[in-house]
Amino acid sequence: MGLARRIIPCLDCDNGRVVKGVRFVDIRDAGDPVEVSKRYCDEGADEVTFLDITASHEGRATTVETVGDIAAQVFIPLTVGGGIRTLEDIRMMLNAGADKVAINTAAVFDPPFVRTAAERFGSQCIVVAVDAKQTTGGAEPKWEIFTHGGRKPAGIDAIEWCARMVDYGAGEILLTSMDRDGTKEGFDNRLNRAVSGAVRVPVIASGGVGALEHLAAGVLEGGVDAVLAASIFHFREFTIRQAKEHMADCGIEVRL
Amino acid sequence: MSTLAVIDYGMGNLHSVAKAVEHVARELSLETEVAVTADARTIARADRVIFPGVGAIRDCMAEINRLNVGEMVAEAMQTRPVLAICVGMQALMEYSGENGGVDCLGLVPGQVRYFGEELRDAAGARLKVPHMGWNEVRQTRAHPLWEGIPDDSRFYFVHSYYVETDRDDLVAGASRYGKEMVAAIAARNIFATQFHPEKSQKAGLRLLGNFLLWSGEA
Repeated sequence: MGLARRIIPCLDCDNGRVVKGVRFVDIRDAGDPVEVSKRYCDEGADEVTFLDITASHEGRATTVETVGDIAAQVFIPLTVGGGIRTLEDIRMMLNAGADKVAINTAAVFDPPFVRTAAERFGSQCIVVAVDAKQTTGGAEPKWEIFTHGGRKPAGIDAIEWCARMVDYGAGEILLTSMDRDGTKEGFDNRLNRAVSGAVRVPVIASGGVGALEHLAAGVLEGGVDAVLAASIFHFREFTIRQAKEHMADCGIEVRL
Repeated sequence: MSTLAVIDYGMGNLHSVAKAVEHVARELSLETEVAVTADARTIARADRVIFPGVGAIRDCMAEINRLNVGEMVAEAMQTRPVLAICVGMQALMEYSGENGGVDCLGLVPGQVRYFGEELRDAAGARLKVPHMGWNEVRQTRAHPLWEGIPDDSRFYFVHSYYVETDRDDLVAGASRYGKEMVAAIAARNIFATQFHPEKSQKAGLRLLGNFLLWSGEA
């Protein structure tokens, strides 16, 4: 026995409420982030990821407050993403109680920012979030990265991009398939396997989980170190505990 | 009322540690005042000291040396319970191979080494570095800080370098990640963990509670 694969529930938050968009559009309310985080922690979540989708400036203050409230009550690692653009943004989230930050769009527009951030705060707290969409199918598929919540193509190969981000100091890659996000059809495990094989740091698979089998497939077929899901947990279709038991039944080492 | 100082030498996030300790103190109905500080007098007066650390060892050691933190820890470990966490534990050792080689405090005999690019599990599968997530910790000896924590409980780790020592008598916990590594050290008044108790939910909070109740020596 050794290191366990992680299950990470993700809270997409807008103005202090947990929401879940299907393909980033249809938003449903799923509760208070502090209460939801505590429930996940009690159910055995290995980490919690908080993605802030609040657009307004005023909303950011709410986010910092919410992160502080979660950190005061949830004693597992907490990652905060969404709108992390400056060293000051990172410092603010870490001071509020986050353990890691996820950088997405800012990494694309200013890749050296990732290096500066890793040097300043340490690679262990810098997660680079990558939104990838398949652009070529067939035997040799290709994926490109997209920004702005998956709306804008950046014209960069996703696999090369992940490798470069790790060279710059990313301690972990949060990999979202834009083709699968919100579909409940399961992860894009060809993408997961390609990225996981290309980088030495842990990869978190995201996008598309609609059933417990999908979580196990992320590890068994995608080769990832952690699996992230939102809606199957928010709407109580499954508990984290059920997800872990299923993974254990599939022969995957988990923390029970 | 007892006091606890979390030594702040400007590296990374110490709020998690302080928040977790405050939470545990409340649960145990202990009146503990937690200060996150680099002030030598506050640290010298504290009943208990936590020596945390995240990030790269060279930057950590530069700040530790600049602020004379080594002296504070050396003094504290003679007289009061000290808990060192992650890079805090690594800084106690003699030498780290990180950043091209850095001399550490030498308060505990041993070295800090890189996991390596070709780390593999027993089945030959490549292991990721950093070692990130929940791993089992085998309690290699009894200690007040293990009180009430089942053997082989999982704790949260995140690190690319690990501690090695010839002094088996100082090892309190061990884990396996491609190779055997030291997960916890107990040396007189110091208990040191490679994992993060403040992020390790029940087992971690129990360990922090045990620390608040520990009067030192094992």
